[in-house]
Amino acid sequence: MNWDLIWSSFGPLITGAVTGTIPLTLASFAFGLVLALLVALLRLNPNVVLSGIGRFYVSVIRGTPLLVQLFVIFYGLPSIGVKLDPWPSAIIAFSLNVGGYAAEIIRAAILSVPKGQWEAGHTIGMSRPQTLLRIILPQAARVSVPPLSNTFISLVKDTSLASLILVTELFRNAQQIAAFSQEFMALYLQAALVYWVICLVLSTAQSAVERRLDRYVAH
Amino acid sequence: MSPTDTPEPRVAPVLEARNLAKAFGSNKVLRDIDIDIRRGQVVALIGPSGSGKTTVLRSLNGLEIPDGGTVTFGRGDASGELAIDFGAKVGKKEVAALRDRSAMVFQHYNLFPHMTVLKNIIEGPVQVQKRPKAEAIAEAERLLERVGLADKRDAYPFELSGGQQQRVGIVRALALKPQLLLFDEPTSALDPELVGDVLGVIKELAEEGWTMVIVTHELAFAQHVADEVIFMDDGVVVERGPAAEVLRAPRQERTKLFVKRLQHDL
Repeated sequence: MNWDLIWSSFGPLITGAVTGTIPLTLASFAFGLVLALLVALLRLNPNVVLSGIGRFYVSVIRGTPLLVQLFVIFYGLPSIGVKLDPWPSAIIAFSLNVGGYAAEIIRAAILSVPKGQWEAGHTIGMSRPQTLLRIILPQAARVSVPPLSNTFISLVKDTSLASLILVTELFRNAQQIAAFSQEFMALYLQAALVYWVICLVLSTAQSAVERRLDRYVAH
Repeated sequence: MSPTDTPEPRVAPVLEARNLAKAFGSNKVLRDIDIDIRRGQVVALIGPSGSGKTTVLRSLNGLEIPDGGTVTFGRGDASGELAIDFGAKVGKKEVAALRDRSAMVFQHYNLFPHMTVLKNIIEGPVQVQKRPKAEAIAEAERLLERVGLADKRDAYPFELSGGQQQRVGIVRALALKPQLLLFDEPTSALDPELVGDVLGVIKELAEEGWTMVIVTHELAFAQHVADEVIFMDDGVVVERGPAAEVLRAPRQERTKLFVKRLQHDL
């Protein structure tokens, strides 16, 4: 075991997390959430065509592997003339994926808010969009934090797939150091450790957000 | 003016509803309902469950859109007349205009759980009516004081009893300064010992001259507060008149039966 090399490898791994994994996760989750809200609203639309579009989208995203989606965008699109760099490809693929999964969470959360809340919004004169934004979504947010945190934590780990389309992130750095040093066991365990630490921090953050959103609920 | 007098012609009704009709599928919940409400009048809508009384109330606030009929607010008032024909297409604008005239107090309060009492009250005035925030807050505090809840200003709804929540619900409606207050069984969800507080507030509002329509099962209260009682059954108005007459000496068989069943209340 080359302990010096192993110890000094944490530097590139953490750099990969800070400049690759974390920004990729944050950007994809942000875009994905916006997309998810739009898809959820499509799904909830009484118009069958619109809700059908939403349903179709969710079905395709959930019914196909993330790796395949990533490859279609990065390796597939160039053959129809759309060439994207690794980073945009990864962000698009992960955002679309989060959009599909989180849409169902947001839809269920919106449906969990009692109908009387819509009516109370209407009776004080609010339009549907206004009621959705100011009355329904803040309540839906509380319900959706635990499942969305799951999606978020899955996403952190899923971004390791971006190494396969040449995005420089945590896992790709681990692979490269492992290949050249032959310390496979050590490097991959180190990568696992860094992912785990990131997820531990996120779980703590999740608890804090849940406590904050729970302040208006009887305990 | 005693309640039996016909309204003076120059006192225009706040609201005239004509031929309201509504069906859910093949179930006709409203058939040709006519209602007139004069300024300052308190109308109690009574009847067995499923009689359509709540649907009438909700129609006046646009929470339910009738299939036919008309609702006219402020007839003859050049600047303030609003006439809506439910037989024609009713758009968002019409519904918004309708909701602007009245405010609803719900059976289950429907306070916004994620907002403090104060925010619940100023939400409509500030966000919808675009009134200055400081003014809305001052008004909300004044109203809270009136219903004895000044100290609950910054509490969340879950920290209040049902009776307190319903009083906040009433204040939320009052803060909108509507022409018409609508109450949908405002005490049905309350523990018996909390009913009195809420009824007390409603009674005070009646004395102050608010125009109100109240769907209620509290016949004693209806007799005490309402100028007119409308008894509905099976989607039609069976009987209407001054509260004392309809409740003490009903003419229709169906009214007699209903009142008798709830007689312990009187």
